[in-house]
Amino acid sequence: MSDFFTASILVATIASGIRLATPYLFASLGETIGQKSGVLNLGVDGVMLLSAFFGYWTVLERDNLWLAVAVSLVVGLVMGLIYATITVFFHATQGISGIGIFLFGLGFSELMFRRQVGTPLPVDKLPKIEIPLLADIPWLGEALFQHNPLTYAAFLAVPVVVFMLNKTTFGMNVRAVGENPQAADSLGVSVARTRFIAIVIGNTFAGLAGAALVLELGIFQQNLTNGLGFIAVALVYFGAWRPVGVMTGSLLYGLVAATVLQWKAQGIIPRGASDIASMAPAVLTILALILLANRVPAPAALTRPFARH
Amino acid sequence: MTADAPSTTSDSMARSDAPPLLEMRGITKRFPGVIANQDVSFDVRAGEVHTLLGENGAGKSTLMKIVFGLYQQDEGDVLLRGQPIDVSSPSEAIAARIGMVHQHFMLVPTLTVAENVALGIRSERGPLTDLDAVSDRIRELSNSHGLSVDPDVEVWRLSVGERQRVEILKALYRDAELLVLDEPTAVLTPQEVDDLFVILRRMTDEGRGLIFISHKLHEVMALSDRITVLRNGRVTGQTVPSETTREQLAEMMVGREVKLVPDKPAVTTGEPRLAVQNLSVQGDRGAIALHDVSLEILAGEILGVAGVSGNGQRELAEAVAGLRKPEPGASISIDGTDVSLLNTKARRDRGLSYVPEERMKDGAIAEFSVSENLLLVNHDGDDFTRSGLFDFGKIKEHCQALVNRYAVKTPSIETPTSSLSGGNIQKVIMARELTSGPAVLVASQPTRGVDIGSAEYIHEQLVAQRSNGTATLLISEDLDEVLGLSDRIAVMFEGRVVRIVDAADATREGIGLLMAGVTDSAPAG
Repeated sequence: MSDFFTASILVATIASGIRLATPYLFASLGETIGQKSGVLNLGVDGVMLLSAFFGYWTVLERDNLWLAVAVSLVVGLVMGLIYATITVFFHATQGISGIGIFLFGLGFSELMFRRQVGTPLPVDKLPKIEIPLLADIPWLGEALFQHNPLTYAAFLAVPVVVFMLNKTTFGMNVRAVGENPQAADSLGVSVARTRFIAIVIGNTFAGLAGAALVLELGIFQQNLTNGLGFIAVALVYFGAWRPVGVMTGSLLYGLVAATVLQWKAQGIIPRGASDIASMAPAVLTILALILLANRVPAPAALTRPFARH
Repeated sequence: MTADAPSTTSDSMARSDAPPLLEMRGITKRFPGVIANQDVSFDVRAGEVHTLLGENGAGKSTLMKIVFGLYQQDEGDVLLRGQPIDVSSPSEAIAARIGMVHQHFMLVPTLTVAENVALGIRSERGPLTDLDAVSDRIRELSNSHGLSVDPDVEVWRLSVGERQRVEILKALYRDAELLVLDEPTAVLTPQEVDDLFVILRRMTDEGRGLIFISHKLHEVMALSDRITVLRNGRVTGQTVPSETTREQLAEMMVGREVKLVPDKPAVTTGEPRLAVQNLSVQGDRGAIALHDVSLEILAGEILGVAGVSGNGQRELAEAVAGLRKPEPGASISIDGTDVSLLNTKARRDRGLSYVPEERMKDGAIAEFSVSENLLLVNHDGDDFTRSGLFDFGKIKEHCQALVNRYAVKTPSIETPTSSLSGGNIQKVIMARELTSGPAVLVASQPTRGVDIGSAEYIHEQLVAQRSNGTATLLISEDLDEVLGLSDRIAVMFEGRVVRIVDAADATREGIGLLMAGVTDSAPAG
């Protein structure tokens, strides 16, 4: 037990927690934007699987990590266009159409993987970039400033999303159509356009989440996400629809997961309890949700399609 | 009565050469199977309040939706400042300087006042919001129009009256020249209504034209320069307040003479039939919504409850009806028996009847037929069953008799209740609740959204029950209804009964002050 509290292991665990938090953070930030506009997207996990697969396949075929990130991003964007069309223009029930997107992503990514790849071969991972000067700070540098570019991007996205939601007219429109679309409509704000854009942005984030996941692992397999996208949706509730709250949740989740991994590696958790210990982050999330339940209300128009008459 | 509106008659006379601000000529709008507006002509001049008066379904909303670009007329022309216009969306209407204050507030509660005002307006700073400038402009407008409200506070923190001011600020900020106000007083206290009218008058003095939609006749008389009455989609009269009376307006709306205040015969009151003591009840959010209420209603008495919606009236009604659990220490007695621990059914067996506020949610089952709804509360009694099975012969006889007696307009007793009008659905509920000759009747908003003709009939029924010795708890947001029907009036504010006054001594102003929580200076009479 005492081994865990040596500084170097602690630092490594924190670094690993931040790394693990990255896909959760991208996905839940995107989901936050969508939900703020009043649209629930349960398809995040499916979008992540698709973008992860196509990102992986790109590296495999073209050996270009940045092209892979771009491909994942575009996959998220295209899925966003599809989901936005379904929910905004066809007023589909959001819960069930999100699950449809998930099932499509799960099935199609597996089908493509089997047909086009077959055996899972490891590929290059995203390189770590050490931030000059900052990376040299003892302990802190290793924990915070020696990560891959997508991790930096995910955490930088937090203030960007905060700014977007609170300081731009688009963000104000997003918050308005998620609370009272009739009011926004009566003032000439296009509910459809605002939601459409919010959904596309949100899914693009899910695409980046897929890239962050697969390019960190360097390998793809069937159902790679293992429900990560659904956890990300839960983290939005945990974070009370606030980017900083969502980041806190993602970090908590990542750090607990990293700790469990570390303890397993050190044998602190016996092999027999290993599967149970893996549930720790999920249990923690559920507990947090129970404690936070009802304290912060969801956007009032969440899941409600808008039509003028 | 309400605000002493400064007259602007001379003003509008001076401008009468100019084309009207808005002119609608021969508007006809058809929906499948219905003519919503037929050959309606209507105009608003700068500087006047022109009231559109009519029952629900008379065509007022359709006409205004055409002005605001939500519907297109089938025939006729709309002219703005003498020019034909064709508005096809709210943003086009706003651009044409037409504003609308909707009946249900169009506000985003989680946004600040400034954000609500700024929504939909192009920002000076491109993609970034420009809320400081918006707040400054709001403060200017607030000062010049007497609309005090803090621009930086979130709307959910505001009172109903303040929210109304935000709605008006939204229109002023967009410099609306023509403003449509759709039942703007529905949720205001009488004092707030007075304040509102002062603000509206200031707006007409600036040369803006207002369309005021309402069915509260005393407000219409107090505020309007001109009044146009619609019935069944047609204009049935155009007049000015000085040349008409409330009774005449009601007649134009309904098409026959109506009694606005029912005749109440003298009744000798008897023993208390409903006694409520120390009743506290939790609201939907868990906080105490009704504090320590005690009251008694005698046989043959109507106790009216006045108050702005949300001050505990609903909790009171539901607690008496058995739908809400009282806090420990309360007692609710019907004819001397404590029923506070009994369920709804047991209370009904002891003579309780309940006409709920939400008639389609709590009062009737929309998909059920008229006869099924008429039967709901006594379907398991011996009267209508034989060996545990329905006796349809008896049921039909009973329901047909009720439909006839309560003048329910329905094609048949097998018609789905949802296809009836609001007034007729309410008559079905009243028929069901009154047929047993209740000891205690709780009637919540019995005529809200009901046409005047049906309301008149429902009032007569309530008075008839009073003569039969029923103790009635009448809860209504319509102060005229409370004043007209009650023997005594309990005024509620923030979950408490602040005072109970004799109806004979009550005035609108006195009750209004109590409704706003002002108790010290107010002689209720």
